[in-house]
Amino acid sequence: MKKGVMRPGHIQIRVLDMDEALEHYRDLIGLIEVDRDDQGRVYLKGWTEVDKFSVVLRETDHAGMDFTGYKVLDNDTLNALESELNDKGFTTTEIAAGELKGCGRRVRFTAPTGHTFELFADKEQTGKWGIQARNPEAWPRGLKGMRATRFDHCLLYGDDLEGNLALFTDILGFDLAEQVLDPEGNRAALFLSCSSKAHDVAFIKHDEKDKFHHASFWLDTWQDVLRAADLISMTDTPIDIGPTRHGLTHGQTIYFFDPSGNRTEVFCGGDYHYPDHPTVTWDAEVLGKAIFYHDRELNERFLTVLT
Amino acid sequence: MPHLISIANQNSQFLCQEQRSLLSGLEGQKIKALQIGCRGGGCGVCKIRILDGNYQSKKMSIKHVSADELAAGVALSCRIFPLSDMTVETLD
Repeated sequence: MKKGVMRPGHIQIRVLDMDEALEHYRDLIGLIEVDRDDQGRVYLKGWTEVDKFSVVLRETDHAGMDFTGYKVLDNDTLNALESELNDKGFTTTEIAAGELKGCGRRVRFTAPTGHTFELFADKEQTGKWGIQARNPEAWPRGLKGMRATRFDHCLLYGDDLEGNLALFTDILGFDLAEQVLDPEGNRAALFLSCSSKAHDVAFIKHDEKDKFHHASFWLDTWQDVLRAADLISMTDTPIDIGPTRHGLTHGQTIYFFDPSGNRTEVFCGGDYHYPDHPTVTWDAEVLGKAIFYHDRELNERFLTVLT
Repeated sequence: MPHLISIANQNSQFLCQEQRSLLSGLEGQKIKALQIGCRGGGCGVCKIRILDGNYQSKKMSIKHVSADELAAGVALSCRIFPLSDMTVETLD
């Protein structure tokens, strides 16, 4: 049942070198740099995103994800979800409005897999980049690199998937759009949606807590994914796999790494999900095909290389 | 000028240019002495111990190589660029 969580709102990614990271996220993926703050963090967004920012980069001494945040309908929804989290035993921390520039107060909590999540209701809306709100043109001139349109989702690795499933479905109102079941019937992967997208967040079972697999950005067409692959080669950017298609969600995809070792995906297409749809199940016996639909074989790196 | 890199515990050698990381040099010569991970100092799978030689290093994740380890010659091979012939050993 929908509980008023609308969409992925932002992700803060740790990088080892900010200048190198900007060559990746701004110049290669084509996100728009929108602001910087006195902590040295850099704020970016995909050009179609109406809110001010969706990606925050923070330079530090190790890679990975600091947190990811979801935007909820309004402040009443935020208060209600905060209360429900507390009632169900989650400790929440309030982050004051303005700690991220242009973002309202955030309610932060730790999921059973150890990842840090946030909810927020307000963020400054600066509109789509480069086009007018009234009588808008199809797309703006001057986009760089892959011309990614938006931050779409992240995939996280952690241990307690059942705990996360309860958190995301019972409290936050996501649907379990797709899952992977092992031969004993245990869940090995969760693809969760708070919209009609195939996934707004995904989790894969792993024995360590709080691991980051990738942040994903939306492209419009398969041709754009192939063009992204060309740019990855032109810039000698480390590649993981692709271009290919996933079995899970059926998205068309390519994976590569930022200069700090965080994995990036750009993708297009794929399935949709409505709340009345049954959960799509893949069996772990065909995990190769579920993850890489064409090769039907996993590369070890996809499962083990994490930040 | 390429430098000769010896992997002491694997009885193998390869040539590596100064502008290429040790991991990139290995990868280019199809030598499978180390797992190829993120190639950016973030994931920790290409860990080595440097036994001899001069090199430059780029920043790597402190979660995988602590400051003490780094001082003792432990490093991620994707972040090490040779300035002379080197001898290293692979770690788990």
